[in-house]
Amino acid sequence: MTADYAARPPDFSAAAIRNRVLPVLGLAAAAAILFSGFVEDAPNRLVSGRPVSLWAAAGIWPSAAIALFAALLLAAALLPQKRALSCVIAVAAALALLAGLAAAGMAARTLLAGAAPAARIALGPAFWVVEATAAFAILDALQRLAAGPLARLLAVAAIAAAIAAVALSGSLDSLAIAREYESRHAAFAAALWRHILIVALSIGPALLIGFPLGVAAAKLPRLRGPLFAFLNLLQTVPSVALFGLLIVPLSELAKAAPRLAAFGIGGIGLAPALIALVLYALLPVVRNTAAGLLGVDRGVVEAGRGMGLSPGQLLWQVELPLSLPVLLAGLRIVTVQAIGLAVVAALIGAGGLGTFVFQGLGQYAVDLVLLGALPAIGLALFADFALRSLSAILFPAAPR
Amino acid sequence: MIEIERATKRYGGRPVVEGFSLNIVEGEFCVLIGPSGCGKSTLLRMINRLVPIDEGAIRIGGRDIRDIPAEALRRRIGYAIQSTGLFPHWTVADNVATVPRLLGWPPARIRERVEELLRMLRLDPDGFRTRYPQQLSGGEQQRVGVARALAADPELLLMDEPFAALDPINRDRLQDELVRIHRLTKKTILFVTHDIEEALRLATRMAVMDRGRLVQEGRPIEILERPADDFVRDFVGRQGLGLKLLSVRRVGDRLRRGETAEGEPVPLDAPLREAFSAMAQRRTDRLPVADAEGRPVGVIALADLVR
Repeated sequence: MTADYAARPPDFSAAAIRNRVLPVLGLAAAAAILFSGFVEDAPNRLVSGRPVSLWAAAGIWPSAAIALFAALLLAAALLPQKRALSCVIAVAAALALLAGLAAAGMAARTLLAGAAPAARIALGPAFWVVEATAAFAILDALQRLAAGPLARLLAVAAIAAAIAAVALSGSLDSLAIAREYESRHAAFAAALWRHILIVALSIGPALLIGFPLGVAAAKLPRLRGPLFAFLNLLQTVPSVALFGLLIVPLSELAKAAPRLAAFGIGGIGLAPALIALVLYALLPVVRNTAAGLLGVDRGVVEAGRGMGLSPGQLLWQVELPLSLPVLLAGLRIVTVQAIGLAVVAALIGAGGLGTFVFQGLGQYAVDLVLLGALPAIGLALFADFALRSLSAILFPAAPR
Repeated sequence: MIEIERATKRYGGRPVVEGFSLNIVEGEFCVLIGPSGCGKSTLLRMINRLVPIDEGAIRIGGRDIRDIPAEALRRRIGYAIQSTGLFPHWTVADNVATVPRLLGWPPARIRERVEELLRMLRLDPDGFRTRYPQQLSGGEQQRVGVARALAADPELLLMDEPFAALDPINRDRLQDELVRIHRLTKKTILFVTHDIEEALRLATRMAVMDRGRLVQEGRPIEILERPADDFVRDFVGRQGLGLKLLSVRRVGDRLRRGETAEGEPVPLDAPLREAFSAMAQRRTDRLPVADAEGRPVGVIALADLVR
């Protein structure tokens, strides 16, 4: 489409909307800013606050910057979609994303000046919409630029670094979520590491058990039906229920074998969390392994057998390398899923970021919930993005 | 070379190959022909034990194939299939080197052999060695497939409709290539096809198969001239039979020695069909004939074609 348009002279008539994504984003951002609060002003951390609009909260300059961004998106939709324009939009959207963050931080500082120490400034709907809009505009631009995996990686790394710089500069310190972090920063670091540990420890065994099962499912059609029926059944058990169900047998086991208890195995804590995560991870691992192996061209397998490759040589030299993209996709699904499920594992005392989520729910303190949830989402997005990039770099031709 | 003795294969009680017996002499280019689903591919795959035999026996060089470990047997037999089955993650050189590597040849010898085979299949080694299968055209892929089948200098070559998916021009070329390679290497080849023109062009011996059984076997001309029954007569085609006969007989069979004629000579080993075509094109009823070295040896006349 772009090539088609590039050949024609620019046409500024109203009918010529060259990009349907940008006006939707621009209008969404404008509407959110006009009709909802950018931050919320609450007398203490437990009650919900009064919405404060962007211009009232942050003053004229950030408001103008974000309004300019919305206008740019609307205008850009009418221009021919050239590469240069996509570059401009990507940079502008990244700046808008940072401007939104800075505006929120600035708003919090101004509103808190002279307020009671218990007062809290939380992030409002308009903030989230502006940030999401900017993120989508960046993605749209990268898509249109047909950016390769390395370019995407660099773009995302640059934006992440800029966000980190804004956060570290202290300009966000007055926000409610930063105050929650402030009072828990030692616990936060420990929880984050614990979360990563839970995920990492569950993926290893899941691969060790799931991979051979996947190979078996691919090679033995008779095993496939019952195996997948069982794994599907496992997947339907709600995570909270599975965590709960594991408490009794594991605490009995720990009682019967005190040696195991010495290793930390018991009804609550890390052991049931890891077992549950491994069980949930089995289905994606087994399914993707089997699907990958079964997806290898039959002619290739046939030729390999016909030339005298042994079943082991065929598996390791031909079938596995050819199904690696699908296996890597399985690993990605499992990692993202485990990061999410590990939040719930905090319920049975496994620790991790879920600790803040459940504490926050118990206290009805939304910002504390966010303190647990946002990093978990960030971790999941990072894992997804990193594994996707890895796959794109290793297997440029594979479908994703 | 290969003795197939009352070989039978059943799937769920239904015979796919039934009491099939055939002897293939060393150096023969044997084409196994029959309609789709007649069991010819299954029979081929029984020879390299991709399909286990239910009854009867198959012997290669006097040894029952069941006495040879399957992998060792397959490494002694070249195998080429319609979809080529090239390994997409390996280069052309690695693909061709598959069996030599399995057999543990030293790397230098493998490199030399790959070079030799690519040349034999008219693929420039420098241009093709490091390319991947998806970067090749269909015809080039099948050339690599044939080179790979020949790599470890197997005593026997099994080919399962290797050219069926190619366009007519590439099919023609590869058929010529294969005839040339057969003459050059004297390999025993068992080639499966459902295309009678292809069979007539390639075969030194033909076996016609129908519903799992051998219907007739013999030299191509015997099958054309004396079809064993209506099935074979229908299969080789009542229409155009004369032209098919012309394509299995050679100019040398009807040569008038000592006579001379004007014009570009036809080769002694060309099929009569080619001579017929040249006469029609040049509006003449006599053509000079030359041997492999280009020396004139005689004349072929229109009347000789229908003798």
